[in-house]
Amino acid sequence: MITRRDFIKYSMRGIAVTAMPLAAMELIKPSGLFASKDIKKIRWGFLVDTKKCVGCGLCVRACKLENEIPYDANVSRTWVERYVLLKDGRVLADSPKAAIGGFVSSRIEMGHGKYEDVKKEDIDKAFFVPKLCNQCENPPCVQVCPVGATYQTADGVVLVDRKWCIGCGYCIMACPYGVRFFHPVHHTAEKCNFCYHRITKGMKSACVQACPFGARLIGNINDPNDEVGRIIRTERVSVLKDEFGTKPQVYYLGLSKEVR
Amino acid sequence: MRSHIWRPLYVVIGIIFIVLIIRVFVVPDSFGIHERGYMYGWHNKADENFWKEVKVKYRSSEYCKDCHSNKLSLIKQTPHAVIQCENCHGPAIGHPENPAKLAIDKSREQCLRCHSYLPYPTSNRAKIKGIDPESHNSGVECVMCHNPHKPSMGGLK
Repeated sequence: MITRRDFIKYSMRGIAVTAMPLAAMELIKPSGLFASKDIKKIRWGFLVDTKKCVGCGLCVRACKLENEIPYDANVSRTWVERYVLLKDGRVLADSPKAAIGGFVSSRIEMGHGKYEDVKKEDIDKAFFVPKLCNQCENPPCVQVCPVGATYQTADGVVLVDRKWCIGCGYCIMACPYGVRFFHPVHHTAEKCNFCYHRITKGMKSACVQACPFGARLIGNINDPNDEVGRIIRTERVSVLKDEFGTKPQVYYLGLSKEVR
Repeated sequence: MRSHIWRPLYVVIGIIFIVLIIRVFVVPDSFGIHERGYMYGWHNKADENFWKEVKVKYRSSEYCKDCHSNKLSLIKQTPHAVIQCENCHGPAIGHPENPAKLAIDKSREQCLRCHSYLPYPTSNRAKIKGIDPESHNSGVECVMCHNPHKPSMGGLK
């Protein structure tokens, strides 16, 4: 037989237990608290100013030679896209051979060996957009790897372990930006890593250094004095495919809605 | 329980045991959950060093200036100052030891990357002085007449 006093006592306890947040169960780790306050933590970010790009493709060549991707193979860690918007509403876009030789002709590659010559009078606007790995904060390519061959480092760069990769290609399918491919020599997944060997030595990525017009910038966006971080915080920037929730860390200035 | 149930179960337990023993030898000690947690950081920590130790090939114009300061100061006075030496001269890698000589890209295609005129009104490309590669001395290397270190018309050979 339960008394009224006991009934109220037990129900109050029950309510208190169910109302307790899950976080209260977690033991406080001093190292974890310290890490969350550490603003000195490096986070590499990239800034592309599409208004400065002229489509010379010197970045693509520098990337291929620096990172030993076979020069003539039709794969690249970075590439430049050309968008031509016509007065009749059509949007033409191409990136022949990742634009490794730059854009030298007004003829636009339409695929299947077809080209379209566009006249100056028909163009509303035309511009170039460099693309590379976004080093997402939530990288879907890393989530899908069944063997732990691709991973994110503490400073936010996504790398591929060539010794561990089994070549299943899940990550290539998972990337919404299409930045991954199979390396023609190693036969493992390959991608841009912001030139990890250069940035960890205090140098700039090969593409950033090669760009004559300053269209590409790299920096530690957690550093309050960093130029890239400052522009991201104070100017109007956008990212690609925001709706995927991947939190890309390559920011663009002057992006147009036609860019996918 | 009957032995016909236990016997295959022993086989399964045995297989699991063998796999775990093989794992001890095959999987390196540095493999595990690292900074970014299980979802994003499940990897071999030692592989990060592999990527950090990739050889640097492009050394930047800063590397060139110690020996080739005369060439560098010359080009710094022209609009071509923005172009890195290695964009035309090729990556320095270990120059001057290895390679002793760099292969210079003097091709017409190299100049056309910027100087082939494209009529794009919203791009800076249209602001660069450009030519129509089909009508402007087609097939001839630009360096026959133009000096890339002195690109103004006064630098014509």
